Amino acid sequence: MTTQTPEIVDVQNVDKVFKRGSEEIHVLGGLNLNIPDGEFLALMGPSGSGKSTLLNLIGGLDRPSQGSVVIGGEKVNELSDRRLASWRARHIGLVFQFYNLMPVLTAQKNVELPLLLTKLSRSERKKRAAIALDIVGLSHRTGHYPRTLSGGEQQRVGIARAIVTDPTILLCDEPTGDLDRKSGDEILDLLQALNREQGKTIVMVTHDIHAAARATRTLYLNKGQLSTESLD
Amino acid sequence: MKYLYLVWSNLKRKKIRTILTLLSIMVAFMLFAYLGAIKQAFSQGVDVAGLDRLIVRHKISIIQMLPQSYESRIEQIEGIESAVHQTWFGGIYQKPSNFFAQMPVDPQEYLDMYPEILLSAEEREAWLATRSGAIAGRGIADRFGWKTGDRIPINATVWTRKGGERTWEFDLVGIYDGATDGTDTTQFLFRYDFFDESRQYGQGQVGWYTVRVSDPERAAEAAALIDAEFANSPAETKAEAEGAFLQGFADQIGNIAFIMTSIIAAVFFTMLLVAGNTMAYAVRERTNELAVLKAIGFTDRSVLGLVLGESLVITGIGGGLGLALGWLMVSAGDPTNGQLPIFFLPLGHLLTGVVLIGLMALIAGILPALQAQRLRIADALRR
Repeated sequence: MTTQTPEIVDVQNVDKVFKRGSEEIHVLGGLNLNIPDGEFLALMGPSGSGKSTLLNLIGGLDRPSQGSVVIGGEKVNELSDRRLASWRARHIGLVFQFYNLMPVLTAQKNVELPLLLTKLSRSERKKRAAIALDIVGLSHRTGHYPRTLSGGEQQRVGIARAIVTDPTILLCDEPTGDLDRKSGDEILDLLQALNREQGKTIVMVTHDIHAAARATRTLYLNKGQLSTESLD
Repeated sequence: MKYLYLVWSNLKRKKIRTILTLLSIMVAFMLFAYLGAIKQAFSQGVDVAGLDRLIVRHKISIIQMLPQSYESRIEQIEGIESAVHQTWFGGIYQKPSNFFAQMPVDPQEYLDMYPEILLSAEEREAWLATRSGAIAGRGIADRFGWKTGDRIPINATVWTRKGGERTWEFDLVGIYDGATDGTDTTQFLFRYDFFDESRQYGQGQVGWYTVRVSDPERAAEAAALIDAEFANSPAETKAEAEGAFLQGFADQIGNIAFIMTSIIAAVFFTMLLVAGNTMAYAVRERTNELAVLKAIGFTDRSVLGLVLGESLVITGIGGGLGLALGWLMVSAGDPTNGQLPIFFLPLGHLLTGVVLIGLMALIAGILPALQAQRLRIADALRR
């Protein structure tokens, strides 16, 4: 008898078409993807293959032209803009290649940003941000501004911001793409730990085969279609 | 309130730009406040003129005299409660630039007609008892350092004394205060009986009358009755509301209100462009950050609110400081050394300033805020 892990991501028959003037660009065509809860999935593929587009659809940052995107039982492509924003705040943690921190805010305040959307008190927000920064090993840098942090440290702050609300799923778009090997390995260690120790479901877009090796499964995207093997 | 630090942090991003914008807005609102006080001064208290008071002057011009005997005839007209006369003296104290109004009046009648002139009972008694007695407003007394008991010499430019003597000497028996900010406290008032018997010519003549009507609603009707009473006489009259009379006086200089409003409008239009430009830049250079805010769950409306909040904070601080500075400058006093006897910042003008701050914040911020609201996350993150 086998135990079936519930699927947290269920993407069915998704098309994504971008319009550039009168020209239509088909990025994804009839794509299907299932991700079980607690999986660390790496998405690889050449530039322009639609990796980030797929990540945006899963994260509710964009809507499919056709098909359905169901995350944790919620059909996100049918939510209104307002409900979608609220859903993202509760269920999605985003980690970007270039960190995308607010330069005018300290590490602590950057991590607190998603908590502003909750009803938590100021002291509770501060406490939770401190815990998140502690998890990523930056409890000694809470008062520092992004410009005074190294690339690796900035990405750790970015991860702390992504996990501070305890989201259902972590979406990482080239999280090591702007880092040297050592810092990149530290970030991957952290993501792996979040996946193994806290059971976080992670979807990571990467060009780096070493980074993908840390995932529990790797899928390749090419010409809008997914496969388990690279065509390279 | 929990978003305030976010708004404040964004304003600190480009400190010099924020400070320059703040200073520009501050100067605009300081000018608004100061020019407002000047506009008010030129209207010479039109806004505070008594609704129940009429001014009756010679039909041809204010400088033509009217017989003093008109007073009792006016008081007999239906709807008229009382009438008092005034006459422009136009003398010089020490030097011509020391300008202020001097008028011979009937003390008892005048004080009854103008309850906004606050004089103590002792000073009132002293004035009634002293034929050469005069009272001065607090503003003019402070300006020249006068105190009760002083003898004030004034050189006549029109009304010489019998024998051709130009110098008139008055005993200062009281200093009055104004009941409101709009009360003119730069007048010098002395007794008409002393003036009339001492002047070389013009006995029994007065400058104009102030008339109190029993029903302000029927003031126009009363004015028509007064003019009808003296129609076809050697000295026909023109009766009008006190406010209209004062406005006509101010308009002799020019349409000050229009000039001031035009200057203020030009300043505000320029400031709107400056503030709008600052907000547009602030949003354009933060496209990526705004997209990140939306990505982590901020709604379109909250992003719109954040940008409008920034506009409101920058305009509010600049405008608030400007109004405060303007108020301080106006409080320092009339810049013309007496040419503008009523010089103060009306509360209504200050409130208009506060409304304008809100309007400027809205107009300057709304386009960038809408742009931020409409931002598509996926597109913006790719930039």
